[in-house]
Amino acid sequence: MSDLTGVTLKAALEGLRTRAFSAEELAKAHLEAIEASRALNAYVLETPEKALAMARDSDARLARGEARPLEGAALGIKDLFCTEGARSTACSRILENFVPTYESTVTAQLWRDGAVMLGKLNMDEFAMGSSNETSVCGPVINPWRSRGSNQPLTPGGSSGGSAAAVAANLALGATATDTGGSIRQPASLTGTVGIKPTYGRCSRWGVVAFASSLDQAGPIAKTVEDAAILLRSMSGHDPKDSTSLPVEVPDFASFVGRSVKGLRVGVPKEYRADGMPAEIESLWAKGVEWLKDAGCEVVDVSLPHTRYALPTYYIIAPAEASSNLARYDGMRYGLRVDGGGLTDVYEATRAAGFGREVQRRILIGTYVLSAGYYDAYYLKAQKVRRRIADDFAAAFERVDALLTPTAPSAAFGLGENSADPVAMYLNDVFTVTVNLAGLPALSLPAGLDAQGLPLGLQLIGRSLDEGTLFQLAGAMESAAAFDHRPQAWWRA
Amino acid sequence: MSIDAAMVRKVARLARLRLDEDRAPALAAELSGILAWIEQLDEVDTEGVQPMASTEAVSLPMREDVVTDGGDPAKVLANAPKTDRNFFVVPKVVE
Repeated sequence: MSDLTGVTLKAALEGLRTRAFSAEELAKAHLEAIEASRALNAYVLETPEKALAMARDSDARLARGEARPLEGAALGIKDLFCTEGARSTACSRILENFVPTYESTVTAQLWRDGAVMLGKLNMDEFAMGSSNETSVCGPVINPWRSRGSNQPLTPGGSSGGSAAAVAANLALGATATDTGGSIRQPASLTGTVGIKPTYGRCSRWGVVAFASSLDQAGPIAKTVEDAAILLRSMSGHDPKDSTSLPVEVPDFASFVGRSVKGLRVGVPKEYRADGMPAEIESLWAKGVEWLKDAGCEVVDVSLPHTRYALPTYYIIAPAEASSNLARYDGMRYGLRVDGGGLTDVYEATRAAGFGREVQRRILIGTYVLSAGYYDAYYLKAQKVRRRIADDFAAAFERVDALLTPTAPSAAFGLGENSADPVAMYLNDVFTVTVNLAGLPALSLPAGLDAQGLPLGLQLIGRSLDEGTLFQLAGAMESAAAFDHRPQAWWRA
Repeated sequence: MSIDAAMVRKVARLARLRLDEDRAPALAAELSGILAWIEQLDEVDTEGVQPMASTEAVSLPMREDVVTDGGDPAKVLANAPKTDRNFFVVPKVVE
């Protein structure tokens, strides 16, 4: 049999339904690929027994003709999602032995629909990072390399394991989360498709919290249609998350392939960053041509407060994080470092359990929320956040979607940006705006740079209008005809 | 606004993070750099702008004040560093 890991999710689901191969064969092929690809460090926990048990259950259902929407689909799960009985650490030392006694809503819905869990995927600690280098499990290596080079590159972050696993065919798709770009930037750096849906589309229940007003789950997948299929199962109202929206979940995949004729797409001039590689600029222009060729009307728009989004984010996200991460006190779960009184235990536990970037953000967050500084920083940031959201609202009176680059560069070398926190933060300059406004945005691979590394373009939509994004992304995917794959240099 | 080592120590105490004494000056420089970059927000006119805490227009839903879950202490205690019967064991709080 040909390699079952090379197929799309859509093709795999069809193959399973027509019994061309079994769910067990599909799971085994992926488990073998994962084992042979440990050099990438994409998985932090492999769950072969669970995978095979779920696959056999899927085969039984397929045999009875009772296939559910994702029956037998072999998926990887970002380690930020709590999975019952399977260690869930957020790639932090403070949760290194945490085995949830419950299942996150998003993963529970995937299993409800028949998906098979292959294991847990590496990520930046508590999803704080843009290169996967803050993980206590070590960085993920991007399956992509520059032409003629052996230098290890980052797959981006924080969902670096999810993106690398999908790019290297170690899962048919993966769950991911996005607080400032953590789905879309890694998707861009690995030639995969990622969508951060509207805030409130996917339940945050059972997902380790980073910045609760910004965090959203979404899929990373091989194709636009695969992302649409996965997002449908992941979405839906959940009474256990008070910010989960009580709205219908459309059949997102039905939008892929629909004509985009007559849709208006805006190009925001403020996304032309200083020092942006010319290749990204020309790819962006190519994206505009693809949309025009498909019958869209493309117009210039202005989002004047774009440049203030990143500094706004670096007040709001650390503020919420410092509050959320107060729960790690060493008393009820997670690491405890004993010795001395209660305060000593708190302080020693948190110092030992949190890595440097997490500590840095807790300190910033605590500072901007502290007496005397709250108005100058936190309140100011909340007001600028409103300005940024208002910019989008004004633009969406004129257009149906926006087209921008996803990230300001292709994949960079491990260690290249880790000395300067602000340089690392700039990775999210094009993605962070939509988290502040709560809007959906999708990244799809659009081409390669001169070194042979993938580059992504981002589509931003109106609130709850993921359908239009899938419609436009489907048209762009056809036009881009991106069929490049990384060389499998990592296989043992 | 720049942060000095004393402020770093104060904030670390508020955040219940033990800081090695020799790290405070370096952290002060690092955090000052980040805050200096953040201060470009002062350029934005926010006179009369309502602060935005949530992207959702709707108010939080209410539900009946009834027990919906629980009654399983073993699950609740499963990941605790130290337990005794159905209790979390914590360091002594009152001398």
